[in-house]
Amino acid sequence: MRNGTTIGIVRFPGSNCEQDCFEPLRHDFPEQGYAVQARYLWHRSGSVDGVDAILIPGGFSFGDYLRSGALAQLSPVIRAIREFADQGRPVLGICNGFQILTESGLLPGALTQNRQKQFLCQTVAMRVENITTPFTQQYTQGKTIHLPIAHADGCYVADDETLDQLEANQQVVFRTLMDVNGSDNDIAGICNKAGNVLGMMPHPERALTPSALTSAHGRTLFESLLTWLATNNNAPLPTLAC
Amino acid sequence: MPAATLSPAKLSAVYPPLTELQAHNALPGFNLTASEYALIDAGMQQALGRAPNMNELAMFSVLWSEHCCYKHSKHLLKTLPTEGERILQGPGENAGVVSLGKDSTGETLGLAFKIESHNHPTAIEPHQGAATGVGGILRDIFTMNARPIASLNALRFGSLQPNETTTEAQAARNRYLLRHAVEGIAHYGNCVGVPTIGGEISLDARYNGNPLVNAMAIGLVYGDTLMQSGMPADAAGIGNPVIYVGSDTGKDGMGGAAFASKELDESSADDRPAVQVGDPFLEKLLIEACLEAFATGYVVSAQDMGAAGLTCSGAEMSAKNNLGMTIDLDKVPAREPGMLPHEYLLSESQERMLFVVARGHEADVMAIFEKWDLAASVVGTVVAEPVLTFTHQGEVVAQVPPRLLTDDAPLYEEALSPPEPETLRARREKNWDDAAWPDIQPNEVGHWLKTLLGHPNMANPSPIYQQYDRHVRNNTRLSSETNTSGVIRIRDKQGKPTGKAIAATVDGRSWDVLLNPHAGAAGTVAEAARNLVCVGAEPLAVTNNLNFGDPEKPDNYYHMAMAVKGMGQACVAFNTPVTGGNVSLYNEHGGAPILPSPVIGMVGLLEDDAQTCGASFTQPGDVIALLGGFNPGLGASQYQLARCGTVFGEPPAVDLAMEKALQALMLTGHHGAWWHSATDVSLGGLAVTVAEGCMPTSLTSAKHPVLGASIDVAVLDTNDRRLDTLLFGETHGAIVVSFSPEKHAAVEAACQAAGVGCTVLGTVTESPTLTLSKGDTSLVSADMTELFNVWSTAFGHALERTH
Repeated sequence: MRNGTTIGIVRFPGSNCEQDCFEPLRHDFPEQGYAVQARYLWHRSGSVDGVDAILIPGGFSFGDYLRSGALAQLSPVIRAIREFADQGRPVLGICNGFQILTESGLLPGALTQNRQKQFLCQTVAMRVENITTPFTQQYTQGKTIHLPIAHADGCYVADDETLDQLEANQQVVFRTLMDVNGSDNDIAGICNKAGNVLGMMPHPERALTPSALTSAHGRTLFESLLTWLATNNNAPLPTLAC
Repeated sequence: MPAATLSPAKLSAVYPPLTELQAHNALPGFNLTASEYALIDAGMQQALGRAPNMNELAMFSVLWSEHCCYKHSKHLLKTLPTEGERILQGPGENAGVVSLGKDSTGETLGLAFKIESHNHPTAIEPHQGAATGVGGILRDIFTMNARPIASLNALRFGSLQPNETTTEAQAARNRYLLRHAVEGIAHYGNCVGVPTIGGEISLDARYNGNPLVNAMAIGLVYGDTLMQSGMPADAAGIGNPVIYVGSDTGKDGMGGAAFASKELDESSADDRPAVQVGDPFLEKLLIEACLEAFATGYVVSAQDMGAAGLTCSGAEMSAKNNLGMTIDLDKVPAREPGMLPHEYLLSESQERMLFVVARGHEADVMAIFEKWDLAASVVGTVVAEPVLTFTHQGEVVAQVPPRLLTDDAPLYEEALSPPEPETLRARREKNWDDAAWPDIQPNEVGHWLKTLLGHPNMANPSPIYQQYDRHVRNNTRLSSETNTSGVIRIRDKQGKPTGKAIAATVDGRSWDVLLNPHAGAAGTVAEAARNLVCVGAEPLAVTNNLNFGDPEKPDNYYHMAMAVKGMGQACVAFNTPVTGGNVSLYNEHGGAPILPSPVIGMVGLLEDDAQTCGASFTQPGDVIALLGGFNPGLGASQYQLARCGTVFGEPPAVDLAMEKALQALMLTGHHGAWWHSATDVSLGGLAVTVAEGCMPTSLTSAKHPVLGASIDVAVLDTNDRRLDTLLFGETHGAIVVSFSPEKHAAVEAACQAAGVGCTVLGTVTESPTLTLSKGDTSLVSADMTELFNVWSTAFGHALERTH
């Protein structure tokens, strides 16, 4: 068995949730017995060698100028992430990370401005629709969870054909119970067909301990991923492109 | 300083010293008086043997504005307490810093915090005006090498609905200003990734045309790494390079500081070029790059370029230790070619910093800026001579002794305790007219409760706050839209939670200050401290924002002077020194001043971040009690404002010793984990406070109330008060708490020992109904869902009113 797993957290100019993801992986989860470490991947890096999963955090990469995520997808690290994802390895995009995944074509559809034309920061009730992904294995199918959202461009849109495919393939992973921002089919998170790339607007990293503000329902997502990686790392890994 | 030792380069012939006539003609445009010019001329003659030229006069005009030199308020500010055992940095730097003690690794945790206004820019261009207010205060924080961890804001806007003193057009303008100011604050704060954890919003027709946006920022600095703006005067300091980093310099914000020291009138829209445009993305890069650069140890001093831009930063950095700088304007990155010297000197383009770096280490620091895609340039050198010299195309275009610009600015010292103007005394002494406004009947209580809960000053401000990212950085325990303060966890340098948390609040009680500035301002400090102890934090220190009208008018000066006096007394009593702040005068529109609005930003410490609670009841069966004193009055109350259309009489009195005892008792209770909820009796009085206790917090998934309360107020009616006074009168020194019945004896005993009143009012009920009675008389039996709908939709409706 390899010496624990390493999560690579991608940093773009304008990322602002990278620390929120990094600190729990560095402190909370190891204290709970997970053999995990985290390290940052600078956006100019053309390689993601040595990491077992990639997390693209939230924020306003490149100021979200032009369109959210539109400039970030031009960074060299994206090509490496695409190769990584093609090998079936886990890639998680949260909020701006989800926007970057759709802009870079790793996930279908697009994230547009909230129907209210306002930034929305609130805790939202959503259903876990697919528990077969590396990120959701420890949730209960169909269970309602509460996660915080904080976005201006979280309205998921896709053409009818894409939406039909997403539904038919169980690619909708999180769906809000009510219309929150105008998203088609109340979509809050989707995965690719293989299930190893997940993009989601809510912030699981902000829901690790229960408080007056949030639940701890995000913890399950990280626990699912770390457990999946621990199992997966016993198996021979595909060779990484250098 | 003999003139002969100066000027290696010759003064440009294009910008010769002004003749007397030229100076005379230029003064009105520069907002300078003839006597101020005489001081400038004398200082220049003494140091340089000549009169100032036009560029130099322009520099004086901004640095000698109220915004930069506090000429009408410094003597008052000097009376405020500034020292205390926890104070690491008092007034005089970019921000105050207070010690939070040490983390588990023995490293000192310093909390940097400051408040600043962006009132005038917001009145002209609300989105950018408010946004750049946030950007500016954040730069004050990270310039100190403190990573920004939270921000708050105090917003005061005109009426959103037309009324006797607000026309339909004015109300529409106020709605537009508030909507866009909030949008600007939200966009800037959300993009830089600093959570907005609290604030307050008040509306009054006296802010028509002149809204207030006061932004407060908080940052964390580890160990002995505070960055200073002053430079060492020893040999190591001389010859160090001056580095400019950040946004290019453009013509925006020309003379913004001078513009902020003028009254607003119909021609103010012409000042739109004086409003800067913010770029939060660039600010985010600056935060990361500056903190990374400071960590190298090669940065000697740093200053952000805020009001008065390059002139102010260069002067302030040099003046600290009486040094000078020579700066080549040709090296300053410019947004457009052909800019004139005074445009470089006065530009208030946002997101720019000035660094002094240890000689020989320019490359190390520049590499960091390059990594973050930031434009940076070595623009000058530190010199031993106390002269600030700017060259342009090889010639000297301005040359001024730095201290003449800063320390030697004129001061207008009026009395510390001026007499009360007659009109103000008459308003304060006006009695409630029982015939005109008779007491309310029991069956009218419900109507008034809904009226107050549905007024934007008391309604749920979630339509505003949900636009702010309150969670980013993942430390927020409470945000203050429905709680008394925001609470955030403190992490150590390694990013691990220390177990400590800080709380912060911003508060103003403008109506109280209008009637009695001394009591009103002392009460504002008391309220801020109460807000902190309600969430379990020990009050530590204060930053203040003094927003008043033209200080040369007696009423306004009286309000300011007496407010500072009351504020100082309360800060001494609570041991919460003032570490800095901001003064914003000339807040007038159409010749009428705003409500006098001193705003208090206060920070507090929780040694254990688990020992906190919110404002809403949590457990059915809990005891609801009122702690402290209950001395409600209608003067300055929201009920009075709603019923009489104005305020008069005495505002609530504040008993500082009792407040102090109440604060200590609240903390004792938090340490014993007694309180399930705590909130002070504030706007709208007891009835509104109890109703709000039954509201679900806006962030829980439940969008409907799940609890109620049953309250009997007879026990409080010790003075045979009017019913409206009892229920809606406002008071200081009173906190409503809920706790488990098992804790009752302990609470009673602690209150008795501390000499703090404890009055049981009722219980938290499982059914979502608010029942208010006075002995056998039923006053209200209201479905909480109905009250919740009134309370939670009012703000949205007020903002969206379109007809």
